[in-house]
Amino acid sequence: MIIADRKPIEEIFEMIKEFDKILIVGCKGCVTVCNVGGAKEVDILAAILKIGRKKKQKPLQIDEKTLERQCDLEYIAQIKDTVNKYDAVLSMACGVGLQFLAEAYPNQKFFPAVNTKFFGGATAHGIWEERCAGCGICIVHYFGGLCPIARCSKSLMNGPCGGSAEGKCEIDKNVACIWDLIVRKKMEHERLDDLLDITPAKDWRSAKDGGPRRRECKELIK
Amino acid sequence: MNDMKSGSRLEKVLKAGHFAFTGECGPPKGANVEKLKEKMSPLKKNVDAVNITDNQTAVVRMASLAASAIMVSEGMEPNYQMVCRDRNRLAMMSDILGAYALGIRNMLCLSGDHQKFGNHPEAKNVYDIDSMQLISMVKQMRDKGEFLNGEKIDDPPRLFIGAASNPFADPFEFRIHRLAKKIKAGADFIQTQCIYNMNKFRKFINMAVDMGLTEKCYILAGVTPLKSAGMAKYMASKVPGMDVPDHLIKRLKDAGKGKVAEEGIKISLEQIEEFKQMKGVAGVHLMAIEWEHRVPEIAKRAGMLPRPAV
Amino acid sequence: MSEVFNPQILAFCCKYCAYAAADLAGSMRISYPANIKIIQVPCTGRVDIIHLLKAVEDGADGVYVAGCIEGECHFVEGNIRTRKKVEYVKEILKELDIEPERIEMFNLSSAMGPRFAEIANEMTKRIIKLGQSPVKNNKGAK
Repeated sequence: MIIADRKPIEEIFEMIKEFDKILIVGCKGCVTVCNVGGAKEVDILAAILKIGRKKKQKPLQIDEKTLERQCDLEYIAQIKDTVNKYDAVLSMACGVGLQFLAEAYPNQKFFPAVNTKFFGGATAHGIWEERCAGCGICIVHYFGGLCPIARCSKSLMNGPCGGSAEGKCEIDKNVACIWDLIVRKKMEHERLDDLLDITPAKDWRSAKDGGPRRRECKELIK
Repeated sequence: MNDMKSGSRLEKVLKAGHFAFTGECGPPKGANVEKLKEKMSPLKKNVDAVNITDNQTAVVRMASLAASAIMVSEGMEPNYQMVCRDRNRLAMMSDILGAYALGIRNMLCLSGDHQKFGNHPEAKNVYDIDSMQLISMVKQMRDKGEFLNGEKIDDPPRLFIGAASNPFADPFEFRIHRLAKKIKAGADFIQTQCIYNMNKFRKFINMAVDMGLTEKCYILAGVTPLKSAGMAKYMASKVPGMDVPDHLIKRLKDAGKGKVAEEGIKISLEQIEEFKQMKGVAGVHLMAIEWEHRVPEIAKRAGMLPRPAV
Repeated sequence: MSEVFNPQILAFCCKYCAYAAADLAGSMRISYPANIKIIQVPCTGRVDIIHLLKAVEDGADGVYVAGCIEGECHFVEGNIRTRKKVEYVKEILKELDIEPERIEMFNLSSAMGPRFAEIANEMTKRIIKLGQSPVKNNKGAK
């Protein structure tokens, strides 16, 4: 799941201050699941913006629409007849959705109402944590199903470092040291030997470091 | 050079079986060469080699490469430290060649504190390779004469490779294996994090001896003199991976006004005596943080002077 | 001579406790301000963030939610969840530079007729002190 967080209200007001008629577009995908950009949150944001603008005596007309997904050309086509009727559009989807919209409708101005943060999942109701860094070559099976690239602050592949204390990362007491977990898991399964060989330097070409990425499914391409 | 890996003074001292004694020096927060030379001078002839830190605690200081080169020109031997936080493999290999070209012969490969601790927490995290991979890379450059990608190096750097070990970090049971791993990767010498819990360290070094690690690698025990009970308490609670027993804090508290610093030095001297006798310990690494001017006195009182001729 | 400010206050009351208490206050002939407009809900858990915001948007000077005593919610936890929503809306109001005290949550049992009236009086006094909602149209109604 792509996890995002709503931008501070101040920032959103600043983005739309010149406009009087806007569309807020939500997404039923990841941002609905992480309670930040679905239909419910679109409603709430619309109410907040209207209250703020009413207070400033500069009323704002807001229309709302929530699409199945904003990262799909078929779904974003659904707003093609109305999208240009607004001064601007606020998208509550992740950075992907926003860019799909901007590319599909080059004559309209799109603004992000959320900050896209990471790939993660809900570890408890209302709490989401990062799990994957999208490095392009998955190796979690070497580490007991735990990813050191995404979950170690230093992305160590031969950890832990000397800053691991009581199972916590040196950067924050609330952050678990993933290497502590990896080592303990290996010890529990009596597979500590797995960690005694040196994991060689990573090839970062498959990650963002190698440039913007693309995937093709040849049998589907027309 | 015969069977010397680097021919550095530190290597010669350890190989000859002498008890090594190294110090530490942090470069200035500026290009102030005079200040750097001032900091270094109390260490001259009192230690075998001096660690030059690399943006320690992620605070920007003069490059360890430059400060190490200045130290060489002053007739002293640096232990050039490199952390993985700020450089990718290209910059690292490039700096390593530069270091060797400038007369540097010892190198320490460290992970580095996260930039969150430092004065530029907004910086991008590099960590292209980790300390284990760095050790292995330097060994490949030295022994195979190859860059990481296998290409030949024109006049390979022959450095004495060092690494750090923290016997007190978690998980404790794994620390000895991590030490073994670093030695397998190519570490020639190890400096430990500063030790206060002698019992715990004794256990650790015994394990190292039993595993045959001390025959493959020279282990130097870290010592940092405690200046006050406050410092001891701070290290015990605020520095990750630090183990300071209560009886030491008490000793400092009970020392009496004006006598605390002396008590701190006494504790360090007692430790150094013990390390001299401890099987598996090849030397001591003294980290007299912001107390460099007391190093000559400590060296003398610890019976470390004169340093052996090699 | 200053005009009397008659605040418009919305009260979301749960059927099992708060609304029952309101009924009781009525039968006990305890009076409470007529400004309070009661909306009955099966449980305060039914009240969502959007309801509170809409009330503010439409010009309510004050809004409160009255539910069962914590631990005694007829639907187990509805009141506890809604307290969190009320706290969230207070934070939003702060960010909008509107007094967070305009929104509140209260807990009482169905037997507490007098308490219901007390709450109504308390909120009315509070809102009169705070004045008209800054969201109301300033053209027209003073």
